[in-house]
Amino acid sequence: MLKTIGRRQLLKTGAAFGVMGLAAPSILRAQTDPIVIAHLTPRTGFLGPMGEYAVMGVDLAVEHINAGGGIGGRMLEVIKEDSVNPQTATTKAERLAERRDVALIMGEISSASALTISQVAARANKLFINTGANSDTLRGQDCNRHMFHVEVQNAMVVNAEGNYLLNNDMVKDKAWYILSADYAFGHDLRNGALAFLERHGGRTVGDDLIPTDATDFSSYLLNIRAAAPDVLISNLAGTQTASFFKQYAEFGLDIPLAGFDYNTVIAWAIGARDFQGTWPCVWTHQVKADGSQAFAQSFMEKYGRPADNQAYLDYMGLRVMADAIGRVGGTDTEALISFLEDPATDFDVLKERRGRFNPANHQLLQEVYAVTALDASEVQNEWDIFTTSDPVPNADQPLEVLIEDAVGGACSF
Amino acid sequence: MVSIFLSQLLNGLLDGFYYMLIALGLSLIFSLGGIVNLAHGAFFTLGAYLAFVLSPHIGFFGALVVAPLIAAAVAVVVERVLFTRFYREDPLYSLLLTFSLAMIIEQSLRWYFGATPRAYAMPDALRGQVFLGDFIYSRYRLFLIAVAVATVAGVWYLLNRTPFGRIVRAGIQNPDILGTLGISLRPYLSTVVALAIGIAALAGVLMAPIQPVHPLMGVEVGTAAFVVVVIGGLGSFWGVVIAAIMVGLVKGLMIGLGQSQFSMMAIYLLMFMVLLLRPRGLLGERITRFE
Repeated sequence: MLKTIGRRQLLKTGAAFGVMGLAAPSILRAQTDPIVIAHLTPRTGFLGPMGEYAVMGVDLAVEHINAGGGIGGRMLEVIKEDSVNPQTATTKAERLAERRDVALIMGEISSASALTISQVAARANKLFINTGANSDTLRGQDCNRHMFHVEVQNAMVVNAEGNYLLNNDMVKDKAWYILSADYAFGHDLRNGALAFLERHGGRTVGDDLIPTDATDFSSYLLNIRAAAPDVLISNLAGTQTASFFKQYAEFGLDIPLAGFDYNTVIAWAIGARDFQGTWPCVWTHQVKADGSQAFAQSFMEKYGRPADNQAYLDYMGLRVMADAIGRVGGTDTEALISFLEDPATDFDVLKERRGRFNPANHQLLQEVYAVTALDASEVQNEWDIFTTSDPVPNADQPLEVLIEDAVGGACSF
Repeated sequence: MVSIFLSQLLNGLLDGFYYMLIALGLSLIFSLGGIVNLAHGAFFTLGAYLAFVLSPHIGFFGALVVAPLIAAAVAVVVERVLFTRFYREDPLYSLLLTFSLAMIIEQSLRWYFGATPRAYAMPDALRGQVFLGDFIYSRYRLFLIAVAVATVAGVWYLLNRTPFGRIVRAGIQNPDILGTLGISLRPYLSTVVALAIGIAALAGVLMAPIQPVHPLMGVEVGTAAFVVVVIGGLGSFWGVVIAAIMVGLVKGLMIGLGQSQFSMMAIYLLMFMVLLLRPRGLLGERITRFE
């Protein structure tokens, strides 16, 4: 036998086994090492309350994914960091992106931070999955081939809410007073609202930009009362929205109130007595789809309170990416981008319709909902202070109608 | 248009009374002990959370009395354990100390209650509006201002018309001479810190119905209070009063002129201009000891 192989062949074979022997631990390790994902989101500051729910959503997703055997047999591990502002977000994103074991970065709520994280991620050739920043410009002129958006963009909520306002005769020939948070997100929503109003024949009688650290709205409320608009539009953000609502009720104004930014956690902070109006939302714990109800129930069991929209986005975002990594068979960035961009790729987003990414701007197209405040007398508990509509758009309309007329410029990858 | 403008000025004036309430305590602690209390906003937040916890049991008006008393009791402990070591030291030490204290209070509240804002409904008795000619105003806010004015008047009376106040004022002017007269300033310092922090907590209780209760709610208030104290002049009662009204008026004026996005900037610009003309603030020339 030895004779037939020959000495040279034996040496070659031996060397090959030797190399394999040396490489084996790393091959074995690669198959059993956890898949590491970095999660950055503001947990302090005025976006902190949403960040708190984002982290709860991520923790629950990790629990569920690992309980189901992980991703292709590998456990999932998430490194969580507080990105209190864009500067901190950049520093932490750089540190995380440099780590070889980090497969991708996800999270964020602030559009400014999301922009800088996406740039860091692109330089490191890693994906950034945006789960909380809404700005149209992130899907437009500031788009990035490495950034995918699980969170809805402003155009989607403006179109959904606008549809409600149109149906209720609150746009054509009506006077709007618009309040917007004075930073990128608020400006973006304001531009969307103004464009929508112009398209449908309305006008403005007031248009204030509010500093993000303002908590007293008495002066604005006096101006609003004097301007006597038909509709008052709030594009405020974070805890500021709660202050505004409470003071709106305090001043006893009865102008119909609507707006394009909504977070359930803020509605709960306002409370049943003072929360009012109709608002667009990516998800609430009242969404009837089976997947949503299963998630809402397990969140309730784990945390003793219902999930909000941010918890849903981070939970679902992580599930979607785990699904993608599993189906692609690894964490290779190029392979993942191609897979996510493929029009045939869709995901269970716990709603009636499956979601898919728009290849032109990487936005996850999905159903949204209109949330309407209940009258205080109808409220049964501290969480169900609103009702949630059927999915928007209707089943006979394509999901693409939601991203029409975005105001963030054209995306070019 | 004129009536809107005047409404804004009046609202700014009323706003000023609220700023006064928080800035006054800050100024008192500095005047007597030389401590720059960066934790003042955190005690304001503590007051709001105490209202949130206590109100279901003793109602809003009960919390309005009990919450400041609890905060004052905490303040006495803080004063005895921490502040006493830093009186008349370089203010840098007390800055670091009170900054840490603020972080500890905020993080403790975050740990126990979470970062999620809490809903706190306004008492029914104070809901609704009041008509003052063409000017329609919130009933609750008028109540808030009445409490603020009564508190500030009470502090003025205490400082200017009582033996306690005379000793405190003497302590502010020259603590060494007070010592040679055999009067210990210690109990007065404790009382003043308790009073000042109790007032901050009272402001927190008053804010709970019109702002969401969350761990960082004191940050904005604390910053505004510092601006007021700096403009008014550290240690000056009337300086604080005048500066608080000025800050409120400037803010109201900017919003009245349709320049709302510059309203906060205008307040800092006011501070800048005052400091340029009077580096010690409007009425701050009397205390030189801590400069």
